[in-house]
Amino acid sequence: MLAMNYRGPYRVRAEQRPMPEILHPEDAIVRVTRTCICGSDLHLYHGMVPDTRVGSTFGHEFTGIVEEVGPLVQKLKVGDQVLVPFNIACGKCNFCKQGLYGNCHESNPMATAVGGIFGYSHTAGGFNGGQAEYVRVPYADFGPTVIPPQMDPDDAVLLTDVVPTGYQAAEMGGIKEGDTVVVFGAGPVGIMAARCAWFFGPSRVIIIDHVDYRLEFARNYAHCEAYNFKEMADPVVFLKKATDWYGADVCIDCVGCEAEGNTLQTFSGRVALMQAGAATALQWAINSVKKGGIVSVVGVYGPPFNLVPFGNILNKGITVRANQSSVKRLLPRLIDHVMAGRLNPKGLITHRVPLEEISDAYRLFSSKLDNCIKTVLIPSAKH
Amino acid sequence: MKAKNEEYKNIPGWGMDADPENEPTYPMKNYTGDDHKRINYERSEQQPQTVEILMSKERPVITRVFGTSAPPSGLSGVIRRYAFQHSEDRYRHWVPLILADRINMFEGLIDDIKQGRLPNIIKERGLAMEWKYNRTNVIKKAVELAATGIILYALFKRKK
Repeated sequence: MLAMNYRGPYRVRAEQRPMPEILHPEDAIVRVTRTCICGSDLHLYHGMVPDTRVGSTFGHEFTGIVEEVGPLVQKLKVGDQVLVPFNIACGKCNFCKQGLYGNCHESNPMATAVGGIFGYSHTAGGFNGGQAEYVRVPYADFGPTVIPPQMDPDDAVLLTDVVPTGYQAAEMGGIKEGDTVVVFGAGPVGIMAARCAWFFGPSRVIIIDHVDYRLEFARNYAHCEAYNFKEMADPVVFLKKATDWYGADVCIDCVGCEAEGNTLQTFSGRVALMQAGAATALQWAINSVKKGGIVSVVGVYGPPFNLVPFGNILNKGITVRANQSSVKRLLPRLIDHVMAGRLNPKGLITHRVPLEEISDAYRLFSSKLDNCIKTVLIPSAKH
Repeated sequence: MKAKNEEYKNIPGWGMDADPENEPTYPMKNYTGDDHKRINYERSEQQPQTVEILMSKERPVITRVFGTSAPPSGLSGVIRRYAFQHSEDRYRHWVPLILADRINMFEGLIDDIKQGRLPNIIKERGLAMEWKYNRTNVIKKAVELAATGIILYALFKRKK
C-alpha cells in the first residue's frame, strides 16, 4: 500500500509499505478515504517531538471504510464508513470512563503524560497514522464513529480533530455571556476555536496572528476581530487597551511550541532547544487575561518543560485549563452542529492533494504557501 | 516517607467543605470517583508483543495495545534504550531521545543507500513548492548561502 514515510526533519515521501495487520482482537483495518495534515503534524515534521523515528507514518485525522475487523469487534462491521478520533481510547480505564478520552491509560506504553495518538511519534504510542491507504485502528468498537449518511466526507474528516479541538478550547475557557475572548493563533484550530467560542455567548472574539491571509480568512470565517501582532509594539499592551485596560476574560492558546514573536522564546525554544519549543503564545495569554481569568490551552507543547510566567498565574489568580481534545465525548454535539448547518468545517479546506504528492503538501502547509489553511490528502483516485 | 494517616477521616473538618459540583475540569470530566480505584479497572485482552517496545519507567506493565512501527535499532536504538532507563521527569530521558532522532536520520540515509536507493532530498523536502510559490525567498536564501560559502572559503584560504 502507499503510505507516508518520515525520513527526518523536513523530509517525507510517499512509498509502498507493508499492509497493516490485525494485531489485537479489538482492532480494525480501515481503508483511508480522506486524511489531513494537522498543524501539530508540523511539530513532528520539524523534528520538535522527541522519539519521532525514521520510517514512521504520520496522520491522526482520517476517515475511511472498514475493511477487516478483529474477532472481538461487535459494533463495527466491514463496509462501515467511519471517522476516527485522533486519540486512541480503550473506553474502559478510569480516565475513559470519566470522559477523558484523550488521556486513556491503555493505549501508550511509552509515556504516561499522553495517551495514544495515531501517527504521532513513539512518545504518543508508536502507532502508524492515517496518511496511508490503510491503517490499523485499535479499540475499534470504541473510537471509530459511523459517519451519518447525509454528511459531507470533507466535514467528517475535520470532525476527527480540528473541530473538536477548537470547540474544546472554547469550552475549557468557561466563557460566560458577554465575555471577551482572545484566541492566539489563526491556524485551522485557532480559527475553529474562534468560531466555536460564539456558541458560549461572548460579546467579542479577537484572534491574534502574524500571517495576514490567515487573519483575513479568520475574520470572514469566524466572524471575529483579527489583528497582526507584528503591527503592534506590544501585543499584551494592545490587548489590555482593547479591553478597557482590564484584560480579556478568556485567553486561548492555539499555537503551541512553534510560536513566533518573542526573540528569547524563539531562540531558547526553537533554535537552542533549551525548552520544549517557544511558549510565546502561552506567555501572552497569561499576561493578557484579566485577574481571575481563564487561560485555555490546546496548542501542543512537548516535554520536558516551557518557560512561562508562572508567578503571574499565581498573583493574578488565573485558572489554566488544558487537554488534548476528548473527541468521542464531543462528537454527538458537533455532528448536530454540522448537520444543522451551524458549523461548516469543510470551509477551512483550501487544498486537496493526492497522497503521492505528500512531500509537496507538507511544504505547502509548513511554509504557508499559496494561502494554505487546511490540506486534505486523497489516498487514491478511486475515492 | 511519612506513614499514611489511616484515620484521616477523623481529622476535624475532613471533607465537610467538599463540593462535588465544584469540579474544576467540568464539563470535560464526568467525575465518577473511580480515580480512587487507581489502576484497578476492567481491561481488554493483551496485544501480543512481537517487536521490542520501550516502556515508560512510570508504568508497572505494558498497555493493552501499542504501536509496532519502527522498533529501536542501530546506534539510535542503543540511545533510546538508555533513555528509557530514566523516567519522563528526567533530562536523561528526553535529551537522548532527541539525539537518537538526529542519528536515526543518518541511519535512514544509509538504509536507503544499502537498498540501492538514492533519496531525492529535494523532492522529499517539497522544494518545488517553495520554487513555485516563494521563488524570491529561495533565490535570496541561495544567494545568502553562496555568499557565506565564499566568505568562509576566502577566510580559510587566507589563514592557510
